[in-house]
Amino acid sequence: MDIGEQGEAASRGTIGILGAGRVGTAMARLAIAAGYRVKVATSKPAADNELIIEIVTPGAVAVDAGEAAASDLVVVAIPLHKYRSLDAGALAGRVVVDAMNYWAATDGDIADFEKTHLSSSEVVSAYLVGSRVVKSFNHIGYHEMEPDAAEQGSPNRRALAVAGDDEAAKAMVAGFIDTLGFDSVDAGDLAAGKAFEPGTDIFNGRFNAAELAQALQHSLATA
Amino acid sequence: MEIGAYSFGDTQRNTNGSLQPTGEAIRNLFEAIKHADAVGLDYFGVGEHHTTSMPASSPGALIAAAAAATSRIKLGSAASIISTDDPVRIFQQFATADAVSGGGRIEITAGRGSSVETFPLFGYDLGEYDELYAEKLDLLMAINNAGGNHVTWSGTKRPAIEDLAVVPRPLGGHLPIWVATGGNASSSARAGQLGLPVSYGIIGGEPHRFAPLAELYRRAGAQAGHPADSLKISVAALGLVAPTKQEALERFYPGWYNLNVEMGRLRGWPAPDKRAYDAQAEAPGAYYVGSPDEVAERIVHLHGYMGHMRHFLQTDIGGLPQEHLLESITLLATEVKPRVQRLLARK
Repeated sequence: MDIGEQGEAASRGTIGILGAGRVGTAMARLAIAAGYRVKVATSKPAADNELIIEIVTPGAVAVDAGEAAASDLVVVAIPLHKYRSLDAGALAGRVVVDAMNYWAATDGDIADFEKTHLSSSEVVSAYLVGSRVVKSFNHIGYHEMEPDAAEQGSPNRRALAVAGDDEAAKAMVAGFIDTLGFDSVDAGDLAAGKAFEPGTDIFNGRFNAAELAQALQHSLATA
Repeated sequence: MEIGAYSFGDTQRNTNGSLQPTGEAIRNLFEAIKHADAVGLDYFGVGEHHTTSMPASSPGALIAAAAAATSRIKLGSAASIISTDDPVRIFQQFATADAVSGGGRIEITAGRGSSVETFPLFGYDLGEYDELYAEKLDLLMAINNAGGNHVTWSGTKRPAIEDLAVVPRPLGGHLPIWVATGGNASSSARAGQLGLPVSYGIIGGEPHRFAPLAELYRRAGAQAGHPADSLKISVAALGLVAPTKQEALERFYPGWYNLNVEMGRLRGWPAPDKRAYDAQAEAPGAYYVGSPDEVAERIVHLHGYMGHMRHFLQTDIGGLPQEHLLESITLLATEVKPRVQRLLARK
């Protein structure tokens, strides 16, 4: 697919979004505006979501979770405590953007994430055997996504960090981020996702690409 | 358009930042509700929070007291965290307040809560967050919709009720039950399907971006066969009214700062940024901070997107001096409301 290229809108690929909450719907609207075909699914049957999708993310299609998984790129934006409801088999081989967070102060403790030194995306990745998991979009508020999205080359364009173990998958996600309206900065492998989890300066702040690169470097240096 | 206020209680602070007694905060809130009634505010919402800085944990008790001490104002929870409470008890408390009030002024707003402190406090499992809310709301509606004193209901999270009395009944037969939501689309769709009025808590971002949710709510309600006049929307937001914008900005900022420092400690946020405050306090930001003219214009602007019938503000956060809360309430009732009515009539 042509994620990242400045081609015709029709040449963009298909984005599957799992989760129709505030993050999932904001990303769906940005992806539609960028010219992707967007399929949104929740744990409910597609028919139950049709009205929501029609009104809240016009242009997207409500589908069942299995169909959303069969996309060029899949965004997971469900409450983290439900991550084991994801169909790992259906997502195997896919590039999966993990936009979720382990944020105990707001969502409560989850044992799988509490009793580990791994980054939350590594835990998710261990469950999604065979998926090419990339962590991003987790450190921007859902209500900031649309106001902060800007054309490529805009001064002080907001940047998002990207962490993952698969370089090709990361490159694809970086292209996706660019088309949605943000710069991206490579944070390193999935373990490096810790640098922009809740509680970090990056999670709490708003950065352009140069600032984000510096913040990531600082975080690595002090890790 | 109804204009109102809501509060989670606001514990006053000493100059070194330590907190004064929580009981004083409840007394202040009680006095503020009486004041709101006296100056003609339409609505006051209470609680539910369970923190030392926001101690309005028991909306039913405070609303019952306020019901006896007021004569005109509508009183409701904002919101009752039904997931971790017993809907039978909530209903009984609010129906009791309804009887005390003379009838027709008491409402329940059913919410999930934006924080999760009630789950460990009352011994509930956060993993059942969604199931608990759905089932407790179902029970609350079953009680409210009962034709007489007796209720029959069964579910999985609470023992069944087999033809048992749940009394007192509200004087008007039923209480308004609102659904509180912070903007999740499925919550709007569900409120519409149930035919319940919906209350949007808009505490960040740009309020007019909630417009599709209002449309979703109304469409879902219409699809389910609920008459349009039963599908009502209210908006709860942060804000403060003062004689001038500058005064309003200066009065609201210290409490906003304190609250964000405190939440930041819990949630790992850095020190609050004054620029973020200033941005949110300007249109199209989330805070309704300004003179009566400005706040009225912004409420009417949002009305163009939401068509809401009630707009109510949380003002007392982070140790706001009580006199600033009282003056804001006075201005909301006597200056903002007439301007809103005038501007809406022109449309």
